[in-house]
Amino acid sequence: MEAYLDNSATTRALDSVQEIVARVMREDYGNPSSRHKKGMEAERYIKEARSVIARTMKVQDKEILFTSGGTESNNMALFGAAMANQRAGKHIISTRIEHASVYQPLACLEQLGFAVTYLDVDREGHIRLQELEEAIRPDTILVSVMYVNNEIGAVQPVEEIGRVIKERNPRILFHVDGIQAYGKYEIRPKRQGIDLLSVSGHKLHGPKGVGFLYIHEKAKVKPLLYGGGQQKDMRSGTENVPGVAGLGVAAREMYTDFSERIRRMRELKDFFIDRLEEIPGTVVNSQRGEKGAPQIISASFQGVRSEVLLHALEERGIYVSSGSACSSNHPAISGTLMAVGVKRELLDSTLRFSLGIYNTREQLDYTIEALKELLPVLRRYQRG
Amino acid sequence: MKYQSFLIKYAEIGVKGKNRYMFEDALVKQIRYALKAVEGEFEVTKESGRIYANALTDFDDEDAVAALKRVFGISAICPMVQVDDLGFEELKHQVASYLEQVYPEKNFTFKVNARRANKQYPMTSEEINRELGEVILERFPGLRVDVHQPEVMVHVEIRSRINLYSQVIPGPGGMPVGTNGRAMLLLSGGIDSPVAGYMIAKRGVVIEAVYFHAPPYTSDRAREKVVELARLVSRYAGPIRLQIVNFTDIQLYIYDQCPHEELTIIMRRYMMRIAQRIAEKQKCLGLITGESIGQVASQTVQSLAATNEVCSMPVFRPVIGFDKQEIVDIAEQIGTFETSIQPFEDCCTIFVAKHPVTKPNIHIIRKSEEKLSERIEEMVCEAVETAQTVLCQE
Repeated sequence: MEAYLDNSATTRALDSVQEIVARVMREDYGNPSSRHKKGMEAERYIKEARSVIARTMKVQDKEILFTSGGTESNNMALFGAAMANQRAGKHIISTRIEHASVYQPLACLEQLGFAVTYLDVDREGHIRLQELEEAIRPDTILVSVMYVNNEIGAVQPVEEIGRVIKERNPRILFHVDGIQAYGKYEIRPKRQGIDLLSVSGHKLHGPKGVGFLYIHEKAKVKPLLYGGGQQKDMRSGTENVPGVAGLGVAAREMYTDFSERIRRMRELKDFFIDRLEEIPGTVVNSQRGEKGAPQIISASFQGVRSEVLLHALEERGIYVSSGSACSSNHPAISGTLMAVGVKRELLDSTLRFSLGIYNTREQLDYTIEALKELLPVLRRYQRG
Repeated sequence: MKYQSFLIKYAEIGVKGKNRYMFEDALVKQIRYALKAVEGEFEVTKESGRIYANALTDFDDEDAVAALKRVFGISAICPMVQVDDLGFEELKHQVASYLEQVYPEKNFTFKVNARRANKQYPMTSEEINRELGEVILERFPGLRVDVHQPEVMVHVEIRSRINLYSQVIPGPGGMPVGTNGRAMLLLSGGIDSPVAGYMIAKRGVVIEAVYFHAPPYTSDRAREKVVELARLVSRYAGPIRLQIVNFTDIQLYIYDQCPHEELTIIMRRYMMRIAQRIAEKQKCLGLITGESIGQVASQTVQSLAATNEVCSMPVFRPVIGFDKQEIVDIAEQIGTFETSIQPFEDCCTIFVAKHPVTKPNIHIIRKSEEKLSERIEEMVCEAVETAQTVLCQE
């Protein structure tokens, strides 16, 4: 059996996504900027995807900007907002559990003379609204908070955060890294006070190399890329038409039968957490039910190195991440796990299981059985 | 300037007496192999103490020179132009136009060095030297003659056609691979063992390799890295047959049965035993390791003695007296360093005890190994038999 439980790293593209990507590459390969018919046909895919995505969040088509993915969307939001609003102030607020594609741009902005306040989180990975309120200064221009944490699945109270910010100063821009949230939550930027929202295509069974940034029509943001003036001068570069078309299809599918799909995913998650807790020496770091994201289960296994367990599971066709896949390239211990108070000796013993639409209860049972067999053996052989 | 051919000079093999033809043939074979990876077709010939590589088609000369610089046994590579013998008057123009094209800056000292293989040529070598020298001086006023230490030696070889060359690109030296038997390299994925393999290959030895894989304690990426290292070494050493031994069960068995501070040394002894068995099967005459005295606990002189004890074959340790930096320098030069430092654990680092023995007592180690007697022989046999072979080459 194969159990791909690394859907927060990336997902298998839907068949309908594969089809449209191939069709655009094969038949409708024109450049949307070309004046001829081929160009117009290509442009139609972009328009269609834009409007499908806008409808999923009840925003306007013109507020969707296509990018190369989550990292670019986050960079665009942070640098773009900071550069466009620096006259109003140079203070930014974020949290200690952001993804590298947020905290690295922030570190860069600090070098450029911006001040960043990083909010702590509690055991469940939530920021405290009061701390946020106290952190807001007259020169604060931007608040950046991730919707769903990629390592443990903690969900921030986005709407409340939006309200706190806007009550203090409606001109402060609110950026939400929604990369693990879009497709899993009904996001309503207008109601939630979100000015900027980053999304990546391949986390929702869409193609890699494409994503979008929602930009509130009134938000001032400077482009990152300059050139031919595509996308109303906001992001030059020929549009990734196959990718955008695929992203549009994936977005539509994820928000069709949405509640039923998420209910089922949540059931699987709770089931998996229940079964993990049967295993002695296991600590689940994620929350059951509505308190955590429906797709992410982080668990620590006493006395086993996550890297070894990961490879042992891999031998049985079970694919998971240690920490988050994007950051497991460098050996730095996860900031999120430390921030939510995972015990030091468990930091290097933590795996992330993440669900997608293709996972089944049988795969989860299979994974639990594999863990039950492997853990006692692996625990016998420890370093030192 | 487009060269059509290379004159290849060799050093040590010139002095090998009656075996000389064998060394030359091996060198020709290695040159042919190296040039196969280069775009274009070449004919490699041996002619009265010379080796020529002639291009039969258009070719990429940067790639060709780079490939030749990796062939052991070559002491120098001379890019050469061949012209037809159309008489001495024409030769003057040919030589001038050669210099015109090869040297954009014409401000160096030179000397003409003519040789006549064709003794029918109407002038003596001395006369040719003098007259061509004059022509060159007239044509390029910035040049000066220096008969003792010229910056550029213009070689003019008169055979059925005329060879012109003046550039001398140093080769790697050493001896052609295939002239000195075959040895088995223990490749770990670190910095040292690829360098060790390179150094032994440079003495003409055909390299085979063995890697100890310990899933799930070592990842497939670590394995891929070793395959890549073997491929990088094969650019010099020729194709390398890499044996991947699954070592997990043996490692765990040692862990279960033996004192933990002796794990590394006992594990190393079994690696050597397995490597030797595979080496025997592959008709290798020696083992190669990247050990360097004192670098880690398992490479103290006592530890080396303890691992060496299980081998009846000679163990070649070419970097034994090198400092780490000296090894790194070679690794950088041969292009294995970047790959070696990718951070994947190998099986030596997984089970390292907090305080491994650094001065193992051979008697105690032997005693500990007796605890393995029940199953170890069977396990070693299985490891040898189930080893997977990967052919690593460019």
